[in-house]
Amino acid sequence: MSERVRMKKAAILGRLMPYLMRHKGLMALAVALTVGGNLFGLAGPYFSGLAIDSIELFDDAGKVDFSGVWKNAAIMAVLYILSGILSYMLTRLMVVISRKVVSQMRSDVFNKLTELPVGYFDRNQTGDILSRISYDIDTINTSLSHDFVQIAASAVTVFGSLLMMIKISPILVLVFAITVPLSIILTVKITSFTRPLFRKRSAKLGELNGFVEEMISGQKTLRAYSQEENTGKKFDVQNDETVEAYYRAEYYGSMTGPSVNFVNNLSLSLVSFFGAVLYLKNMISIGNISTFVLYSRKFSGPINEIANIFGELQSAFSAAERVFRLLDEEPEPADSPDAYDLSGAEGEVELKDVHFGYFADREIIHGLSLKVPKGALIAIVGPTGAGKTTIVNLLMRFYDVNSGEITLDGHPIKNLTRKSLRLNYSMVLQDTWLFNGTVYENIAYGSESATKEDVERVCRACGIHDYIMTLPGGYDSVLDDDGSNISKGQKQLMTIARAMLLPSSLLILDEATSNVDTRTEMQIQRAMRALMSDKTCFVIAHRLSTVRNADMILVVRDGDIVERGTHDSLMAENSFYKQLYDAQFA
Amino acid sequence: MKRLLAYLRPFIPRMSLGFLVKVVGTVVELAIPWILSYIIDDLIPLGEMRPVVFWGMLMILCSLIAWGGNITANRMASAVARDFTRSIRHDLFTRISYLSERQVDNFTIPSLISRVTSDTYVLHQTVGMMQRLGVRAPILLVGGIIVTLTLDPVLTLIMVATLPIVGAITFVVSRKGAKLFKIVQAASDSMLRVVRENAVGVRVIKALSKSSYERGRFKKVNDDLTEKERTAENTMALINPVMSLLLNLGIVAVIVAGAYRVQFGLTKVGKIIAFMNLFTIVLNALMAINRMFTMLSRAAASSARVLEVLDTPDELWEAEPKFSFIPENVPHIEFKNVTFRYSYGSFEVRGLNFRLERGQTLGIIGATGAGKSTVIRALMRYYDVAEGQILIDGVDIRDYATSDLRKKFGVVFQNDTLFKDTIRENIRLGRDISEEDITEAARRAQALGFIEEQGGLDAPVAIKGANLSGGQKQRLLVSRALAGNPEILILDDSSSALDYKTDSKLREEIRLHFGDTTKIIIAQRISSLMHADIILVMDNGRVIGMGRHDELMESCELYREIGESQIGTESGATA
Repeated sequence: MSERVRMKKAAILGRLMPYLMRHKGLMALAVALTVGGNLFGLAGPYFSGLAIDSIELFDDAGKVDFSGVWKNAAIMAVLYILSGILSYMLTRLMVVISRKVVSQMRSDVFNKLTELPVGYFDRNQTGDILSRISYDIDTINTSLSHDFVQIAASAVTVFGSLLMMIKISPILVLVFAITVPLSIILTVKITSFTRPLFRKRSAKLGELNGFVEEMISGQKTLRAYSQEENTGKKFDVQNDETVEAYYRAEYYGSMTGPSVNFVNNLSLSLVSFFGAVLYLKNMISIGNISTFVLYSRKFSGPINEIANIFGELQSAFSAAERVFRLLDEEPEPADSPDAYDLSGAEGEVELKDVHFGYFADREIIHGLSLKVPKGALIAIVGPTGAGKTTIVNLLMRFYDVNSGEITLDGHPIKNLTRKSLRLNYSMVLQDTWLFNGTVYENIAYGSESATKEDVERVCRACGIHDYIMTLPGGYDSVLDDDGSNISKGQKQLMTIARAMLLPSSLLILDEATSNVDTRTEMQIQRAMRALMSDKTCFVIAHRLSTVRNADMILVVRDGDIVERGTHDSLMAENSFYKQLYDAQFA
Repeated sequence: MKRLLAYLRPFIPRMSLGFLVKVVGTVVELAIPWILSYIIDDLIPLGEMRPVVFWGMLMILCSLIAWGGNITANRMASAVARDFTRSIRHDLFTRISYLSERQVDNFTIPSLISRVTSDTYVLHQTVGMMQRLGVRAPILLVGGIIVTLTLDPVLTLIMVATLPIVGAITFVVSRKGAKLFKIVQAASDSMLRVVRENAVGVRVIKALSKSSYERGRFKKVNDDLTEKERTAENTMALINPVMSLLLNLGIVAVIVAGAYRVQFGLTKVGKIIAFMNLFTIVLNALMAINRMFTMLSRAAASSARVLEVLDTPDELWEAEPKFSFIPENVPHIEFKNVTFRYSYGSFEVRGLNFRLERGQTLGIIGATGAGKSTVIRALMRYYDVAEGQILIDGVDIRDYATSDLRKKFGVVFQNDTLFKDTIRENIRLGRDISEEDITEAARRAQALGFIEEQGGLDAPVAIKGANLSGGQKQRLLVSRALAGNPEILILDDSSSALDYKTDSKLREEIRLHFGDTTKIIIAQRISSLMHADIILVMDNGRVIGMGRHDELMESCELYREIGESQIGTESGATA
């Protein structure tokens, strides 16, 4: 993925801007507040000058003009209070803006995640995804909104002081014709040099995140094999690389500020030198040199600031690049434009000469054809890795077929909206999935209209009701991360209960019962039979007792259906199925 | 916070050197405007070029020194920050490696991840910034105040009088801020949890078309986090304006008081003007110091989270072996009246008693949640027993060094983990195991076939084994357990995704080649453990039947029920 073309800085900036511009009004207000705050700040010294003038009267009249001092001091106090209020308002406003921007970015990333195909999550480490939505977005925020206002506000100052300097001495301004390009070139050079370093820094942090996620999740295993130390060593390598990447980026990145400072000091030296020359030629007065220097400070101050900001922006840019990369991921292909909803399907499925492979060069299903009448129970059996799960991926369009066609009630499924297609199925997967929510929420997940009674009914049918009632909060007990406070079998039962609650006409059980003990399974089967009576069911199971009742058993081997028939018909011949079956009691 | 400062101690010499360089850089930089005013005010009016050139050159020299000094100091600061972060992360990760399962559950995995990465990153930035700003600002502050003192001590005292108020406000607000940022981090953990759940459960969410629901769920945590961040930042927002306001009012007071002092001939107007100029420097320095305080409140929250992990007490400490001899003629594994309890809920396993001779096989079967996996956890000492004793070779397992104890086992857990690495490394898992033994283990675990298809032992395993099927994963995990030639082999539901044929071949291999290994097999299928020497039938935390297959078929109703449903009465003769 890192091989892909790198994003241009301008392109990144162009995409960051809309996030700020969405709050155009607030941003304008922020710039106005900044300028206003600066003006009040500048007016303060003016009145302090007046106050001092009032004191100075002493020298002429022998008496300090106290009324003048008090008046000007009062004005100053008011101005400072106003400026304080403005700057407090500005800070609050910047908090509002930056929080809006961050919140928006996080939702964009998350919403994107919900659109990505299943394959993305198979390929990417969860930790790295987490790093993008937290660390990277925070990094962008640290500089973005604040810096933008800074730049906008200081542009006014830069422009104004440049005008004043030209007015005083156009010749002296030529000094800046040398030094300003010099600092720009320096900044550009340094940043173009450091950019890959900052990019690497972000990437390394993401990697570290991924590594830590993997290791902590697998801790029980690592501990079983006393791998704490070894893992620690591996972590050290990863950690070293990460902090080294920080260091390398900062090593060069921290050059920007002092370098631009240097150029500014250089220009001051040049101004004083050429100022002296001009003075000797009677082309400028001392007072003007002094004023020129004051303005040149005002002029280079913001330029300095901007250069520093550009240094900081490096990390923001690399973080932004990682965020945009995620946002640019190919989403699950859109439904075809003329796709239509099919709800309440009867449940008749047909596969016609389906070819499929996860990788273009490795086909694993070669021309599968199959007709499944409404309400049938189809059992798919076969050795592990024969392609049983793949069929489910295709039926629900987690992946699309390479060639051939799958139809539901005679409608080619590629013409249907994915949402409506998937809602016609309920399924129980091998990997149980529960989220951090109450038992009730987890079971009613997918059926918004389910009442408490409905949930209790399916839980009773699955034989999990009694267990749930022993939990401290009953149905309102909150499940931990990954449901780690309940056993695998109980999780499985909950996901089965969840599937039972769905009003769909097709059912997929992917090795769903293999983790549940037989006693519980018998209960489930009883409930399932009732539930399945009018549903088309695809059951992938190794438990042959489960599939003996199937209307049709498909024996899959290397992606092909090698045998099909009922249990009795298959057992009657010397079949591959019979071999599998007999092995059960070896 | 104090505890973390200890991590900085080794760097004190380097930091001091860096500070010194920074001091030189700062002082030299401050000399530049002084030289400039000297040139303009005193030299140019003389109308001579030579001194102007000399002092101009000096200015450029100062610029060069400031340039080099500041860059060097910044780099040294980065190096210290790097080494600091490295060592703290190392300790944090090591600590996490030794947390008990219960403790990991309490922290939750996403929270631990963000502590190792985000929180240490905040600390990294703080250490870097403290070094960069921490010198310059105090020098300017103290220097500025000293100069004003020499100008007019009384006026200085008026200005300085505001400082305690400024200090108090900064202190109170940033303390409050630290608390708020801790809340922010917790909210951030909740946000990350939802993202993580979505990454893990993508198939279910898509199947049920719950994307929009998930968006709603995310919106809730995101809004909550945003709100908390806003509160924390708004609190901190107070400091800067209040501080500059107070100081500015101080300067107003200086002018008024100055006016009276001038009236009584105690000071001169020029001094008040100089005062105003220096005042700007002091104010800027204070602003920088305040920025450091803001950063520190963030860092305080992060360091509290880091320390919370570092300070977690050892639940299962690595003990020195506490026994001197191994008794003879004792069973290999013995459970004596073991009772075991999780901290949460009311579930427990009670009164467990059995003995297992070397080389024997123990089968455990029972309903979901009956406590089967708990037996393993207790035996491997992931949790300690509440009552009773577990003995291996006649020695209480609590008297073994934990690593010595664990070395005895080869284990496949329920839902065990594969790592993103090669197949070889997944089998070897850091242990000292020869290539031949790895291949042999894979062969016995029926994994060699698919390993070759994947491209041999060097073929990659994706994150969580995503590129393998359920059955392939299990066989790889079994290879891992077999590869160490363990004294005790534990297979917890490790063949559920295997077809019967592969499963039976695997059992045959284990029977042939692991005769001296004591085996504990947890399974749902009777065929997987019907040949065991002892079978425990568990129900709701208790053993309700114990014996051999035939005995249990006679005596244990539950076992018979399971057996008949799986084998089937009508075709039971195939054996």
